[in-house]
Amino acid sequence: MAPAQLTPYGNGNTIKQMRTPRVLLITVVICIAFLAQAFAGDWKKIKVATEGAYPPWNYYDKSGKLVGFDIELAKNLCGRMNIECEIVTQKWRGIIKGLNQGQYDAIMAAMSITEPRKKLVTFSRSYADTPNIFVVRKDNPLASFRSPLEHLTLDDISPAEQAALDALINALKGKVIGVQVATINQKFADAYLGEHAEIRIYDFQHTVDLELYQGRLDALVGGMAYWVPIIKSEQGKEYTIIGPQMTGGPFGSGIGVAVRKKNQDLADMFSTAIDAALRDGTIKKLAIEWFTFDTSAPQ
Amino acid sequence: MDIQVIIDNLPLYLQGLRTTIVLVISSLLVGLCLAIPIALLAASKNKWASALPKAYIYFFRGTPLLVQMFMIYHGMGQFEAVRASFLWVIFQEAWACALVAFALNTAGYTGEILRGTIEQTPYGEVEAAKSCGMSNAQIYRRIILPSTFRRALPAYGNEVIFMLHGSSLAGLITIVDLFGAAKIVNARNFVPFESFIAAGLFYLAITFMIVWGFKKAEHHWHAYLRPRES
Amino acid sequence: MSQVVAYFPLILKGMLLTVEVALLSLLIAVLLGLIGAVARLSKSRIARGIAGTYTTIIRGIPDLVLMTLIFFGGQILVNDIGEKMGLDYIDVDPFIAGVLTIGFIFGAYFAESFRGGILAVARGEIEAGHAFGMTPLQVFSRITLPAMVRHALPGIGNNWLVMVKTTALVSVIGLQDMVYNAGLAGGSTRKPFTFYCVVAFLFLVITGFSDVGMRWLDKRYSVGVRKA
Repeated sequence: MAPAQLTPYGNGNTIKQMRTPRVLLITVVICIAFLAQAFAGDWKKIKVATEGAYPPWNYYDKSGKLVGFDIELAKNLCGRMNIECEIVTQKWRGIIKGLNQGQYDAIMAAMSITEPRKKLVTFSRSYADTPNIFVVRKDNPLASFRSPLEHLTLDDISPAEQAALDALINALKGKVIGVQVATINQKFADAYLGEHAEIRIYDFQHTVDLELYQGRLDALVGGMAYWVPIIKSEQGKEYTIIGPQMTGGPFGSGIGVAVRKKNQDLADMFSTAIDAALRDGTIKKLAIEWFTFDTSAPQ
Repeated sequence: MDIQVIIDNLPLYLQGLRTTIVLVISSLLVGLCLAIPIALLAASKNKWASALPKAYIYFFRGTPLLVQMFMIYHGMGQFEAVRASFLWVIFQEAWACALVAFALNTAGYTGEILRGTIEQTPYGEVEAAKSCGMSNAQIYRRIILPSTFRRALPAYGNEVIFMLHGSSLAGLITIVDLFGAAKIVNARNFVPFESFIAAGLFYLAITFMIVWGFKKAEHHWHAYLRPRES
Repeated sequence: MSQVVAYFPLILKGMLLTVEVALLSLLIAVLLGLIGAVARLSKSRIARGIAGTYTTIIRGIPDLVLMTLIFFGGQILVNDIGEKMGLDYIDVDPFIAGVLTIGFIFGAYFAESFRGGILAVARGEIEAGHAFGMTPLQVFSRITLPAMVRHALPGIGNNWLVMVKTTALVSVIGLQDMVYNAGLAGGSTRKPFTFYCVVAFLFLVITGFSDVGMRWLDKRYSVGVRKA
């Protein structure tokens, strides 16, 4: 290393030295402007994080472009709120921590609104509600099961809902049910069916699917958004969906946009935009495009 | 450390322990029965007779037990013919698939151990038998096989431990063996340390018992090799 | 058949990862093995005790249990430590967890092979080194180590073959090796038997190549040794 560089003034780069204060000044001004914005709740530009690995919600397509339902909807909502949005990707694990550390301002990543998450972040109203269902082979006796109710919300169960739940549990008595480990499906199966049916927990979703196909499982619990496209395709012609479309309880209460706890104003802005998008059918249109069926949250 | 979780789930672990022990013992028994003809044929000087058992040994020792088990558990269901026949009654059950996979695998390893020991039988023993006028079958039954079993004992002890450890793979195909029990406890309580260490301690204990058992057996069967006590 | 061909690149990608895991684990295992062998032969009771416990744990607990313990337990441990240091969530990479576990397991087996090899080195060679005025470290690196390799080689070769097969376990913690990818391909084509057969064959290919390599090494390290 040249000795001249060790002295504080001697590097001779006078142009840089002269420019530094100006750059600094501009930066400070910008920062103050941003901070002022943040405090005023006047959002002009935000970063929205998504996972980028959860088709059809958000994923990279074959050409390496970030696409999906979340991406399209995020652009649409930002347009309605008149905010400039930059979409960034972040691994699922740690996605909430990144939000709270300020790396981005909102999360749109098929995130279910659940009680534990509500302790860490504030959610907008739900923009989608993808119920969970049972999938069985068409040649399994269970395929003929008809639920008295089409929808079943597992919070505040009404007598009619209790009857539907009882009918479901009764039909599944002694059956073998598969779920992937550490999912809301496992949580549901353990809590509601653990004492009545044999629950098999698998490490990978593709193993659960294969086991159902080969007939070792009578049924599996899965997300409707994942299964409906499969069942409509050639790949899923042996399967059918049974039972009520279940939401609430362990399944959470729909999919929402997560923001930092202190940014209630941003959450409200998202909620207003989502309301509008639900009303004019934008969300329904996007849902049918990406999931092949309507996943709109109830208005 | 949350020991309470383990205490609460002790019945599950004990059920797993039972499954592990039953699975290992039955696999070893079936495997040994298969290994004897495999070893005898593989040790034969006739190239045609030894080719197939040698290929069998090569395959089962050269590929992972995990892949062999998946070939049977996930693989058998690929064939409509299997799923339509009585075979599916057997292969539909995870424990039967595990038993078949483990038995075939240990037959390969045990076959190789026995083949090596048969080939190393001191020729003097065979010669002595011949001069006594024994037939070939008699020589095998009275001389070669007993002598082989004795000399194969230490290597077979290792194989038993490998089989015990290998049997933990059963937990991956929905069987509630020791490892399967640990997996369930972890999945329901999120306690990876406690759940897997508990299973590890059980395995450690069984391993010690096997080592001790084989030491006793060697002491007994190798008595003729020890210097005479005065 | 065309389905198998379509998935073949995926399987080959997995095979590459299998070989990567095996080679990196080998590196760790050899390092741990050397340390373990020296510790077991050392005069220090503590070193011998630690090395002995290490061997007992490895020989007594199944690989699969150790691997899941290190992967899932390690995840919690790393994040507990990270949280105390104010770090962000750290994802334990299954690749690192897999390589460390397999390296750790086989370190114990390599230690055993190396110990046997070191004991087999002719005493006179080592004494000659000392007489030459070499430091103990020089004697170890210039005489004991190269001479030991020949004796340890059969054990090393055997350990390597077992290790290659053990890498299959990394599929359990979600690492996309060839066994995991065969599961994916077998699931979506509904032809798991076909894909696991392909993978079994590829394992035999790796083993076959290893055999050739081992024979070459054996020749190289046996230069100057007469064989009957």
